[in-house]
Amino acid sequence: MSATVGAPALAKYEMVVGLEVHVQLRTRTKLFCNCSTQFGDPPNRNTCPVCLALPGSLPVLNESAVELATRAALALDASVQEESVFARKNYFYPDLPKGYQISQFDKPLALDGRLVIGEQHDGSPMRVRITRVHMEEDAGKSIHDRYPAASAIDLNRAGTPLIEIVSEPDIRSSAEAGSYLRLLKQLLEYVDVSDLNMEEGSLRVDANISIRERGATKLGTKTEVKNMNSFSGVERALDAEFARQVAIVESQGRVEQETLLWDADRGTVRPARSKEGSHDYRYFPDPDLPPLRLTKEWIAGIRDRLPELPDARRRRFATEHKLSPYDVDVLTASPHIAEYFEAVAHAHGDSKTAANWVMGDVLAVLKNTGVPIDRFSVRPADLATLLDMVRGGAVSNSAAKRIFALMVQTGDRPEQIAEREGLAQVGDEAQVAAWVDEAIADKPAEWQRYLAGEKKLLGVFVGAVMKRSGGRADPRKVNQLLSTRASG
Amino acid sequence: MVPGPSAAELARQHAEGKTPPKKAVEQAFARAAEVDAGPNGLNAILWADREAALGAAAQVAELSRQGNQPGPLAGVPVVVKDNIATLTMPTTCGSRILEGYVSPFEATVVTRLRNAGAIVIGKTNMDEFAMGSSTENSAYGPTRNPLDPTRVPGGSSGGSAACVAAGIVRVALGSETGGSVRQPAAFCGIVGVKPTYGRVSRYGLVAFASSLDQVGVFGRSVEDAAIGLGVIAGRDRYDSTSADVEVDDYVATASETLKGVVIGRPREYFPDSLDARIRARCDAALDALRQLGATVRDVSLPHTDLAIPTYYIIAPAEASSNLARFDGVRYGARAKAAALREMYADTRSHGFGREVTRRILLGTYVLSAGYYDAYYKKAQEVRALIVNDFQNVFQGGVDVLFTPTAPTPAFPIGAKSDPYEMYLSDIFTATANLAGIPALSLPIGRVDGLPVGGQVMGRHFGEAALFRVAFALERALGEAAHR
Repeated sequence: MSATVGAPALAKYEMVVGLEVHVQLRTRTKLFCNCSTQFGDPPNRNTCPVCLALPGSLPVLNESAVELATRAALALDASVQEESVFARKNYFYPDLPKGYQISQFDKPLALDGRLVIGEQHDGSPMRVRITRVHMEEDAGKSIHDRYPAASAIDLNRAGTPLIEIVSEPDIRSSAEAGSYLRLLKQLLEYVDVSDLNMEEGSLRVDANISIRERGATKLGTKTEVKNMNSFSGVERALDAEFARQVAIVESQGRVEQETLLWDADRGTVRPARSKEGSHDYRYFPDPDLPPLRLTKEWIAGIRDRLPELPDARRRRFATEHKLSPYDVDVLTASPHIAEYFEAVAHAHGDSKTAANWVMGDVLAVLKNTGVPIDRFSVRPADLATLLDMVRGGAVSNSAAKRIFALMVQTGDRPEQIAEREGLAQVGDEAQVAAWVDEAIADKPAEWQRYLAGEKKLLGVFVGAVMKRSGGRADPRKVNQLLSTRASG
Repeated sequence: MVPGPSAAELARQHAEGKTPPKKAVEQAFARAAEVDAGPNGLNAILWADREAALGAAAQVAELSRQGNQPGPLAGVPVVVKDNIATLTMPTTCGSRILEGYVSPFEATVVTRLRNAGAIVIGKTNMDEFAMGSSTENSAYGPTRNPLDPTRVPGGSSGGSAACVAAGIVRVALGSETGGSVRQPAAFCGIVGVKPTYGRVSRYGLVAFASSLDQVGVFGRSVEDAAIGLGVIAGRDRYDSTSADVEVDDYVATASETLKGVVIGRPREYFPDSLDARIRARCDAALDALRQLGATVRDVSLPHTDLAIPTYYIIAPAEASSNLARFDGVRYGARAKAAALREMYADTRSHGFGREVTRRILLGTYVLSAGYYDAYYKKAQEVRALIVNDFQNVFQGGVDVLFTPTAPTPAFPIGAKSDPYEMYLSDIFTATANLAGIPALSLPIGRVDGLPVGGQVMGRHFGEAALFRVAFALERALGEAAHR
């Protein structure tokens, strides 16, 4: 299945990609029963007659899942439908207890959304249209490598609420696919609907990809690529599948419509074993669940309670905090970082200093320790106090770095640490004057040269004072006293 | 077959300390041993748990001793159809595929029966997964009609109907998807009521066709059925299709007259081909209704003849999906096989009987890509027309409709080998399931010694009107209902 085509052939074609993203909603209980959605529990612990599909059991819709799904749909600027319908997708598989998945088919929760993934050459926004956002339940897990001659089924995940976000085939490169996914993840993180953890499967991506000659308008035959477990995996898989399709077309072959699995180790795709039964899912409205009816008022209420979304926040950070585009991007990458920054900036009053500290010291610590910012030991108010202390001359910049490191370790307040560690700056006139006089007395020859006009020697005396004071002398006071002595 | 005391009477005797629940349960078991067991017995009860039943009886007695208000069915033995989940006995739906399966949870209707003081003594025979009209399609052998053991009791709830008709119990639960309570009630000469869709919880009723299924009640008398329905009716948060509509006091609807009641006689239910003797019984009943003060009006439900074809698209379609869970993976029978597909095929081929297999195939077909619009979607459109038919007559001032319940009396076991001929047995009953309206069958006389049922159909959640008419007609006909 490996294909080699030259760069000129690849350049002749463009890829046409639509993405289907499954996102597990962060609810306490499953979509149609009261079982826990906890990840990582012992197999089949979180099951009940409903999610085991015991005879006679019936689904009851979890309203908080509807709320989260609606929030996600509205964040994607999709139009949430006042009536949507749950439908049964019928197929046999051992980890699908009912023999059908409850999903939504011809009447999904929301239609016609969009996500801006960058700018076109002319500066206009590059949009990917969202076809639909629908709700469905997850299947369980089949485990094939645990027992020698048998497969095992874990139904803990069966019935977990998902939304599927289906894009139009508006994506033209693997890089665009990557941008789409990163921005989609950022948006969903802002509206706080999911853990968005690809390793635990709470975010899954399938790609539909076809190729066509550049300039052509007709869509080619698409394949569906699955089994990517990172965004970079999606990008690599798309490039590999693009090259494979180009090779087929270039050698006068025909692309078969099929489902392919990405093999990250080999960097290739291979055909999936076909699911039991055919691809005819025999969808029909689930008669156990009445149509989902949402009032305009309810939908508007969810919309009103949406937090500020990434785009709006980026714009506001640029104007309100007067930050560079790079700073804005870093600080709005996650809602928690943005909120942390703003708390520091508001308490301290100087956005630029706050931004420098958050982007530098704070993010470095978070990166090194792997601690998420919402569980970071340094409270924004304490960091702001530290910055206030620097500005007010209570501590030197270098002392502040040490205090910060100790704040990270202990969670203590900066004043306490400065006091305890003797890092408070000394601005006391008599004390600084004593250090200055000692420094002059120590180097009389240099002092005479300084007085004679060798101004660069000032640094020597400042350094000497700082050394005597153990770094605590207020540099402004030191300078001031040195010039007083010189003119005196 | 002398009927024992009515459910109300039994509950009263218990409340007065006259008949302890234990005695009533023992009498029921004794009667079952007499008529139901053995090679020539009725074969109406599939599973029974005497110890559990006596234990439950002791509990009911203990609760009264402690001064608790006895429920409306206190100390009354009941049986429930084998597709209704119970904790103490298997729930097999009359199928091999669920042989030995005991549910770890209980149906809401069973909980409500028990809370009302009823004692569930057995699970009754049925057409496999409720697919049939004669109780011949059971993996555990056919049930016989207590009035003529060479004939069927009707179906699919034939076991429950036979238990009531044979005097084992006064009240029993069945289920309906297309006439499966009313038709056996008619064949066995008892009362059977199919409530409005959504009136009774389906939680714990093993699904056949979810948009049509509804638990129904058999009673020896109208009062028995009214008490039984009153106990199980009402909203259940475990069934999203159950309705939050207040439950009327059905027994209180009993009235001397039917003055002001308008009864529709739909001409499509009295075709020229209708058995003249059944027509005569219906006419006699309509005369009795007139004498009670009711007005009888000829009406038309023009899409009636489309009910059976519509039903046999929608019900199998839903069944093909509902029965997918019987795959041998988690419970029930599993065939030994080397590969997954083979295991599915063998489990289901051996586990399901012919009629169930036929309907699964039919349902799978009508939902398939390319056929969905022509069959399933079209059937839903026709269903809407049938709903409309009823709405039109009810909006036109008709309170209830009166029709024969079935086109024939009970037929001999083995007489209907052609499935389509069997399907026509539900020609007058399937309409109410498609429209979701309540309907009731009560005995209105006999033909060649075999019972004939009269059907009363009403508005959505208009069960009270059905009972009012049924109470009055039962009293007016008196012994003539059983001659």
